[in-house]
Amino acid sequence: MNAIPHGPDYVSILPEIVLSIFGLIIMMLDPVMDERRSQRTLGGVALVGGILTMAATVFQGYYLGHTGFSGFAFWNMVKVDAFSIFFHFVVAAVTILVILASYEYMEVQQIRAGEYYGLLLFGAVGMNLMSSAVELVLIFVALEISSIATYILAGFRRRSAISAESSVKYFLLGSFATSFFLYGVALMFGATGSTSISTIGEALSQFELGHGPMLAYVGVALMFVGLAFKVAAAPFHIWTPDVYEGAPSPVVAFMSTAPKAAVFAVLLRIMFQGHAPGRVWLIWVVAALSMTIGNIAALVQDNVKRLLAYSSIAHAGYLLMAFAVWPSADAKNGIAAAMFYTASYAVMNVGAFAVVGHFASQGERYVTIEDYAGLGKRSPVLAAVFTMFLLSLIGIPAFGGFFAKFYVFSAALQQNLVGLVIIGVINSAIAAYYYLRIIVVMYMREPREEIPVAPIPVGLGFALGLSLAATIYLGVLPNRVLEYASRSVELLR
Amino acid sequence: MNWLDQNILTLVTFIPAAGGLLLMLAPRRDREIRWFALLVSFIAFIASLHLPAHFHRDHAGFQFEQNVPWISSPNIHYHMGMDGISMWLVVLTTFLTPLCVLISWTSIHERVKEFFILLLVLESALLGVFVALDLFLFYFFWEATLIPMALLIGMFGHGRRVYAAVKFFLYTMIASVFMLAGILWLYAKTGSFDFVVLQNQIHSGGIPDFAGASFWLFLGFFVAFAVKVPLFPFHTWLPDAHVEAPTAGSVLLAGVLLKMGTYGMLRFNLGLFPEQARANAGWIGVLALIGIVYGALVAMVQPNMKKLIAYSSISHLGFVVLGIFSFTQAGLNGAMFIMLAHGVATGGLFMLAGILYERRHTYEISEFGGLATPMPAYARFFLVVVLASVGLPLLNGFIGEFLVLSGAFQAKMWWGIVGATGVIWSACYLLWMYQRVFFGQVKHDVNNSLPDLNLREKTALWPAVVMALAMGVAPMLWLNGIDPAVKNVLSPSTEKNISLAGEGARDTQALASKVVGQ
Repeated sequence: MNAIPHGPDYVSILPEIVLSIFGLIIMMLDPVMDERRSQRTLGGVALVGGILTMAATVFQGYYLGHTGFSGFAFWNMVKVDAFSIFFHFVVAAVTILVILASYEYMEVQQIRAGEYYGLLLFGAVGMNLMSSAVELVLIFVALEISSIATYILAGFRRRSAISAESSVKYFLLGSFATSFFLYGVALMFGATGSTSISTIGEALSQFELGHGPMLAYVGVALMFVGLAFKVAAAPFHIWTPDVYEGAPSPVVAFMSTAPKAAVFAVLLRIMFQGHAPGRVWLIWVVAALSMTIGNIAALVQDNVKRLLAYSSIAHAGYLLMAFAVWPSADAKNGIAAAMFYTASYAVMNVGAFAVVGHFASQGERYVTIEDYAGLGKRSPVLAAVFTMFLLSLIGIPAFGGFFAKFYVFSAALQQNLVGLVIIGVINSAIAAYYYLRIIVVMYMREPREEIPVAPIPVGLGFALGLSLAATIYLGVLPNRVLEYASRSVELLR
Repeated sequence: MNWLDQNILTLVTFIPAAGGLLLMLAPRRDREIRWFALLVSFIAFIASLHLPAHFHRDHAGFQFEQNVPWISSPNIHYHMGMDGISMWLVVLTTFLTPLCVLISWTSIHERVKEFFILLLVLESALLGVFVALDLFLFYFFWEATLIPMALLIGMFGHGRRVYAAVKFFLYTMIASVFMLAGILWLYAKTGSFDFVVLQNQIHSGGIPDFAGASFWLFLGFFVAFAVKVPLFPFHTWLPDAHVEAPTAGSVLLAGVLLKMGTYGMLRFNLGLFPEQARANAGWIGVLALIGIVYGALVAMVQPNMKKLIAYSSISHLGFVVLGIFSFTQAGLNGAMFIMLAHGVATGGLFMLAGILYERRHTYEISEFGGLATPMPAYARFFLVVVLASVGLPLLNGFIGEFLVLSGAFQAKMWWGIVGATGVIWSACYLLWMYQRVFFGQVKHDVNNSLPDLNLREKTALWPAVVMALAMGVAPMLWLNGIDPAVKNVLSPSTEKNISLAGEGARDTQALASKVVGQ
């Protein structure tokens, strides 16, 4: 075996390299700059890093299509394919949007920017690597890279106790969950003799459905526990509302979308490429639980961040519906639907949390639904934009959220999972109520006290504009994204 | 076909929304915003006049069609088209919107920009509902009407506006889920959302499992439309929404939004499921009759002017449903005609009620009395509109009710008899209200000093009054476009009907000339 990486090897991790370099630059610049003036400069550097990462991802796509590059690199630990590029793109897009949304937020909340942007980029390294890794140990390493960054980011509002609580809680429960994942990997190795997903897939595909080795069943279940924790699927969701409530809003925007997308990529690879046994009922139950618990708990929330946290649990449930498919020709529709869902959920949720972060103002004081009373009058643009993100989260046509749900539900219907679809539809109806509650309060209530609303600053304006444009694009012309997703699934097998 | 004919529906539909988008970018200068909104809605009206001007009246199928692929998976087309049924509803919408702008000129003085943006977006969505021929596109516009209307009620309404807005939203939203389920079922079986394709496939019996599912599909669509109409047991949202809505909201709600329901029944329930529609006509007719009588009786005892008009809408829309499910040519023509006449007359009534509210900030009938003395011009306009709504011959309400009742008599004798009492009831409650508001001595001193109509208000009212008279005197101008489409709905096989259309037009002509001759 040749132990020296070649050119194509470097291309296969080019986005990760770019992100790491820029993360290091920020870390080195930070100590030599004046603390009070460094925020904007470092934000600018991080933004350049994010954009270059996106360019690197596009280049990867070009490289894959126009040279004989097989996509496998680093001794078959990393695989670049249309699938991984899709998720790289989503992660890069979320990173850019979050950097833009944090641009002024840092100053308002008096947060030190150096570590913040650095950790954001390092976290993105882990998430990117998760979507291209095809080897369980590397996936574990990537998962840890991304998790450790988000543990720290959650506690970045140092002055507030609730933020520290959020960080510690996330860290303790998170490390517990990753150990489950690691245990699952070990059992999987025991069952199949390999940690490479393709080898595992070959080994497990020899067995008839429902006759795999017991060890593999347990391994899949344990890995699923670890991953379900990361996507906040019930019953592993308990941490979510507390952590989301305490963490800075842009960080929540980040950790509720990008790591989720990456973990879903891992799940897709393990479940489908790895021919994981026993997955359908496992996912059926978790999807139904997540939707129901998330939506019902969201009904009674008064804090907007907690409300959106429960809503993100529910959305994880909708998304998982696409995974609950038997191995068949139709399965690819489910995967494509799931990919579309991650993309559209990412843009609309980042947008929603960006609005929440801006409105909360210094110390994140204004986060209850009552605080939003009369926002439609005092800041019509902010209210209108927030309304559109909420409508997309409900699943109203003309927004990305609608087609996301539509594709997932129809993929599940093709698999004859009628029960799950009925649960999903009822849940969407319940969900409409609590999102509408915010809209009603914004437009139809008079404010009890005058809460100052700062005008929308430039960075946030870009973040909102871009995510809104993406949400509407996915809702009006979903074709290209869906076709790309379907094509990447074809190449997956 | 030239470029304009091909794109006219898109133009008409999206001119208001484009105006709304421009308004979003405009600075908050209320005066200019009002003029701009008036201009945009007027341009949309002028553009929509192209439709009746170039409409082939002897042709039963869809015209001005535009069909381009929009999304490949699912297979959604941007398919717009129009026949005699939708043409006048489109023109009614564009006709009422400028009047709505005029009537809201001074009554809306806060958040003016938002108000007119919502109004224009609402207009676009309404127009889209009437011309969309792709079921998905239809559903999209259908849902799109919901948000601006709910916001108009919730942001600009009166006292219990939030309650009314949420009630309106939830009722319609939940009901339309059933329609969506039906649409998705059809798509799953046929791979198409296209109305024309689906109609042909259903007609040729090419859809698997259709026979077993057709009742549920019919019901799914019917529930969504019945809530919108609103048909008797589903009507409770309407009085609340009307009483709390701002005047322009009420005008569009009564004038156009309710017609979305009856239009949907005519287009989809009858168009896609003709057998089921006939099989279920019995109980639907009974519900319509209950609506006619119940709406009228409740209207009679309302102390609130706007609530009275709202219940009168329930009664009048009962006639429309009765006409549709009588399955006679006269009944369907009459139903279509009432939709238009009710839009003009009830729209006018709501405008008049709004004018009074602007002066006295109340709708209570007992607060008024003897208004004919201080406001003579107002009283005259009110009288014409009330008489049009009552159904006085030579005004537009009469033609439609006559046709529907003659259709109902053909269908079932007792339907006609019970339905005809509705005409009497409507005379009772409307004329009694008129008497209490306008005749006698002025009971409250404040009313003595009420200013009469100003030029702007007269400008808003004249078109409605002229239209009420014109439709009553020359109904054939409207009916000869409607009739071929109605014939087509009654016996849905396309080739046969084009030839039948001319003959059918003569039938109605005979009927209508008899009507006018009396």
